[in-house]
Amino acid sequence: MTDQELIKRKLDYSLHLADTTLILSQRNAEWCGHGPVLEQDIAITNISLDLVGQARNFYQYAAELINQSNDKPIHPATEDSLAYLRTEREFKNCLLVEQPNEDWAQTILRQFFFSNYQFLLYQELQKSNDRQLAAIAEKSLKEVTYHLRWSSEWVIRLGDGTAESHQRMLQAIDELWRYTGELLNAAEYEKEAGTDPSLFQPQWLSKVKEVFDEATLPVPEKTFMQSGGKTGTHTEHLGFILTELQYIQRAYPDSQW
Amino acid sequence: MVIANDTEIKKIWQLLETVTDPEIPVLTVTDLGIVRDVKINGDSVEIIITPTYTGCPAMDMISMNIRLVLAENNYKNIRVTSVLSPAWTTDWMKEEGKRKLKEYGIAPPNPKQQVCNDKLFAADEAVQCPHCSSHHTHRISEFGSTACKALYQCDDCKEPFDYFKCH
Repeated sequence: MTDQELIKRKLDYSLHLADTTLILSQRNAEWCGHGPVLEQDIAITNISLDLVGQARNFYQYAAELINQSNDKPIHPATEDSLAYLRTEREFKNCLLVEQPNEDWAQTILRQFFFSNYQFLLYQELQKSNDRQLAAIAEKSLKEVTYHLRWSSEWVIRLGDGTAESHQRMLQAIDELWRYTGELLNAAEYEKEAGTDPSLFQPQWLSKVKEVFDEATLPVPEKTFMQSGGKTGTHTEHLGFILTELQYIQRAYPDSQW
Repeated sequence: MVIANDTEIKKIWQLLETVTDPEIPVLTVTDLGIVRDVKINGDSVEIIITPTYTGCPAMDMISMNIRLVLAENNYKNIRVTSVLSPAWTTDWMKEEGKRKLKEYGIAPPNPKQQVCNDKLFAADEAVQCPHCSSHHTHRISEFGSTACKALYQCDDCKEPFDYFKCH
């Protein structure tokens, strides 16, 4: 692989990390003012804030890579241009994070699947020989530890709670399990410029088993897994998210807060 | 010119001691331990800071306030650079800062990190109430009004309070 190709892979990888954290941040932020109780409203929006912080770091790095490359654009890329002015097919986020919030059970389960993955990912990524990605991972890992603990506890609370909360968790597993395969299956750019998540698939699954056991929830059998988000083929939900997220910049280009 | 440079750097550190956190105005950026280094090169000054939390909205304001204070004191070519590694920890907060936090009504981070791990349903950290100094307190929520705080309540004086959580 030439240097240029490697930079392209690294750029794709950084954008994938940025898009994934941005979209989950946006989804969680939809709870702002609507949480089941005030403390949990604050918790989910705090997690949202941590994720948008991570997204900013990855976008800033991606912008740097673009502006240093041979075919750099006339207008330099910025964290904002990458978040607000790319289309659905250019977004490389995992399908899991774009799924609708639905009820608290589904939101919690999505966060648990994701934080479990991110906790393992950042542990690996902080050893990366790309020093900026390693630094972002090291910085974010402490925050993710809080997210993982909080979401695990909520999975247990709901799964082992009332008949209704248990039923809603079963429904959430049914909705979301099919998107977990993609999290742990590497796209080309992850293998070549990042961390291959399939390496920590066993740890991911064993954490799910541990928490589901405690929550009296069944771990699904092997089944069909949906994928495509990492290379730009998304579920119908992403378009709606971007429409809302990008509206101001599309309607009033270059407007400033 | 090494000596002159040293005095100059000391002067800049003193100026930085006047820059406060917009969310917790009793704490200065040096109390928080987010200023990692001060460098002078000719007539340009570089201040190296590290963010507390990745999404902390106070960071942009802090770096603007650092620039302002230095500009007011006739420094030119001021650069504020943010580095992520090594990651900021509450261990870097000065004792003076912890004392000021408590006086302000926010429980300072415990000296020994107790719950920064993924163990589930871990016992609440024993946090001292900043109002009545009782240790008889419990956690209401791990997430509080800002990214850096958790919400606690005192079982003796019944006052709710913020705890600057370990990180």
